Amino acid sequence: MSVLSVDTVSRWYGNVVAVNDVTMTIGPGITGLLGPNGAGKSTLIGMLAGFLAPSAGTVTLDGGAVWKNPEVYRTIGLVPEREAAYDFLTGWQFVLANAELHGLADPGAAAKRALATVEMEFAQSRRVGEYSKGMKQRVKMASALVHDPSVLLLDEPFNGMDPRQRLHLMDLLRQMGAEGRTVLFSSHILEEVEQLAQQIEVMVAGRHAASGDYREIRRLMTDRPHQYVLRSSDDRGLASALIADGSTAGVQLVDGVLSVEAVSFLRFTELLPRVARDAGIRLYEVSPTDESLESVFSYLVKS
Amino acid sequence: MNGTVVRLTYRALLGGRRAWLLLLMSVLLLSMAVLLRIAVGVDHQVTADFLGAVAVAALVPLFGLIVGTGVIGPEIDDGSIVYLLSKPISRPKIIMSKLVVAAAGTVLFAAVPTFVAGLVMSGTTGRIALGFGAAALVASLAYSAIFLLLAVVTRHAVVYGLAYALIWEGLLGSFVPGARTLSVQQWSLSLTEAIATRDIVSSDVRLAVAGVLLAVVIVGATWYAGQRLRVLTLAGDE
Repeated sequence: MSVLSVDTVSRWYGNVVAVNDVTMTIGPGITGLLGPNGAGKSTLIGMLAGFLAPSAGTVTLDGGAVWKNPEVYRTIGLVPEREAAYDFLTGWQFVLANAELHGLADPGAAAKRALATVEMEFAQSRRVGEYSKGMKQRVKMASALVHDPSVLLLDEPFNGMDPRQRLHLMDLLRQMGAEGRTVLFSSHILEEVEQLAQQIEVMVAGRHAASGDYREIRRLMTDRPHQYVLRSSDDRGLASALIADGSTAGVQLVDGVLSVEAVSFLRFTELLPRVARDAGIRLYEVSPTDESLESVFSYLVKS
Repeated sequence: MNGTVVRLTYRALLGGRRAWLLLLMSVLLLSMAVLLRIAVGVDHQVTADFLGAVAVAALVPLFGLIVGTGVIGPEIDDGSIVYLLSKPISRPKIIMSKLVVAAAGTVLFAAVPTFVAGLVMSGTTGRIALGFGAAALVASLAYSAIFLLLAVVTRHAVVYGLAYALIWEGLLGSFVPGARTLSVQQWSLSLTEAIATRDIVSSDVRLAVAGVLLAVVIVGATWYAGQRLRVLTLAGDE
C-alpha cells in the first residue's frame, strides 16, 4: 500500500504557471486525473514520477521525496505518454531489458509474467517499432509492471486506442486497483474517467478544481447554469412564459435570438416542453451553447 | 557500469545506417593513406601532415561528436530515456555505461584507423604511427566525454560541438595562440610529440600539462554529466 502526497505544489516555466498550488493525496485504488489539454496534468504526473522538480511545495511517496531519488522506482511503475520505446527491440527484448534494469533476481520470469498480464505473448517476438498504437501501449504497460510496483502512473493511456483496446486496458487497470495498488491515470475525457476511477481529481488551467468520487463530479458538472438558444413559432411568447415560471435565471431576446439560462438542468428539461405546449408554441430548435468540456471545466474553476 | 545500458546503447548507436557511415569514413581515411603511400612513397613529413590534419584534427573530433552525442542525444530527444531513468540505477552509472560505448566506438572507428593509416604510410619508423595512434586514442576518450556531457546539457549538442571543433580548435587555434592551450587536439598531439622519435610534429602544450588537462576534462565532464542527468527534466507534451 503506497500513498503519493502532493503538498502545495506549483510548477512554472519562466512566466507560465503550469501547476498552481495543488494539494492532493493519492492512495490505493484507481484515481483519475481529469482535465482539458494544457491543464497541467502531464506536468503533475512528471512531478509525481520524479522527472520534474516542483518549483514550490513537495511531492512525496510514503513520506520520502520523489525528486532526485531513483530508489522510488522500485515502487513506481510509469507508463509515459510518448510513444518512443527502443523500436529496434522486440517486445520480449524490451520488457526483458526493463526487468534487467530493475536488477530483478530473475528478469526472464518477470518479463514473461508481465507480458502475460497484458496478453502480449503472441507478438513478443515482433519489433516494438512494428506494433500498433494499442499494442505499444500494452508493451509499455508490461515494462511498467515488470517489477510488480505498488504505484502505477499512466499519462493519457487511452489516447489513440480503439474501443476494444480501451476496454482491455480498463479491465487491466481495474484488476490493478482491486489488488490494492495505487493507480493514477490522466485523461481529458470525462466518460473514460467516470467508468474507471473511484476517485477523480479535476485539474483546470493548472489548478486543482475539484476532487471527489464520480457522482460528486458528475453533479458538479450538471448542476450548474446551462445556456440554451431556442427557436420557436413565438419566441416572445415563449420568453414571457419561461420568465413566469422562475426556474430560469435569465431570458434574453436580442435581434430575434432567444437565449435562456437555466438554473437546474433537470427541471429545465421538464419545464421547457410543458411550458411550450401549454402556451401553444411550437419549438423548432433547442441547442445548448456551453456544453463543451472546456466550458464545464471553466465553470468548475469559477465556483 | 550497467551491462543492459551498454547493450541498449550499443544497439541503438550501431544499428541502422550510422555504423555503415562511420565505417565508410574509416575506410576513406585508410584509402587516402594507401593512395598517398603509392603516390608519394614513404615521406614521414607527409605522414605527419596527413594524420595531423585529416585524422587528429578532423576525423577524431567528428567521430567523437557523432558517437558521443549519439549515445544519449536521440534518447533524450524522443523521450525513450525515460525507460532508463525510471529505474533504481544511479545516474553516474548510466553515464559511465554510455561513455564506455562512446569511447569504444570512437576508438574503433577513428583511433584504430589512424594507427593503421600511420603504419601504411610510414611503417613502424620513428614510432610515428604509434604516436598518432596514441594521440587519437586519448583524443577519442576526451571528445567522447565532452560531447556526451554536451548532449546531456543541451538539445543542440551537435551544433555547439561542431562550433567547438571547427571554430575553436580549427579557426581560432590558427590565429589565437592562447586558444591552442585549451584544445584537445593540441593536448593529444603533445603525446605524439613525446612518443615519436623524429621531430615531425610539435604541440603548443607540454606533455605534463596536457596529461593533467586531459584527465581533468575526461573525469570532470563525466562527473558533471552524471550530475546533470540526475536533474534532467523530461517535459511533458503540454
